[in-house]
Amino acid sequence: MTVPISYYLVLAAVLFSIGAASFLIKRNIITIFMSIELMLNAVNLTFVAFAHMWHQITGQIFVFFVMVVAAAEAAVGLAIIIAIFRTRQTLNVDQVNLLKN
Amino acid sequence: MQLALFIIFGLLAVAGAINFLLQRHPINSALSLVVVMMSLAVLYWSLGAEFLAAAQVIVYSGAIMVLFVFVVMLLNAGEEERTHGSRAAYFAGIPGAAAVFCLLSFVFLTNSKAFGSTDITSHLTHAVNNIAEISQVLFKDLLLPFEVTSILILVAILGAVVLARKEQ
Repeated sequence: MTVPISYYLVLAAVLFSIGAASFLIKRNIITIFMSIELMLNAVNLTFVAFAHMWHQITGQIFVFFVMVVAAAEAAVGLAIIIAIFRTRQTLNVDQVNLLKN
Repeated sequence: MQLALFIIFGLLAVAGAINFLLQRHPINSALSLVVVMMSLAVLYWSLGAEFLAAAQVIVYSGAIMVLFVFVVMLLNAGEEERTHGSRAAYFAGIPGAAAVFCLLSFVFLTNSKAFGSTDITSHLTHAVNNIAEISQVLFKDLLLPFEVTSILILVAILGAVVLARKEQ
């Protein structure tokens, strides 16, 4: 039995919008970072689905590079979170208001 | 067969994502995100991307999420508390995300015929080709970007060490 490619794309849209919603709703800075990873994963799924659709390998190469950049971003971002926690003693984004006023 | 695979692991991914959204404690969110990534790996495999399925399990669920869980435990992060700003984000975030989802799925479903459909049996007959093709492109045509990623990772590691170091 075959599956339409659009089903995979709709699943990716579901995951992307859940990630966007949790990016806006969550107040914990680590969870906000994780929702960025969820959105990247949803986009990766569309890349793989389109690569399968066109019988091209380029989409899968793109997913590989997205994974590499996501790994680098996670390392730097978590280091920044640790540095912020050390100075402010909080992970709540509402209380990190150094640039306000 | 493939439709059953898609339905089972697609529903598992959506359930994991919704659980990620609803959980208040960061460690529960991280563990449900691991479920999402594992089921996405199965979906990659069903689309004929065996290398990416393995890389998804190793890099995302193995490396990145372990890093997240490690930081959550290092900082001893408790449950997030609701503030005034979070209520406004709640009323703006849910309809906005629903609008994005409706727009995307409308576009995808109206062009459903143009996208065609996938069949796993045609891929399994020459399953080795996928990794061979990727390595051909990655180590021949895209060798310079591939090497640049190693510099990117090195710079990211150095930056993480410098940022997370205790001030003397």
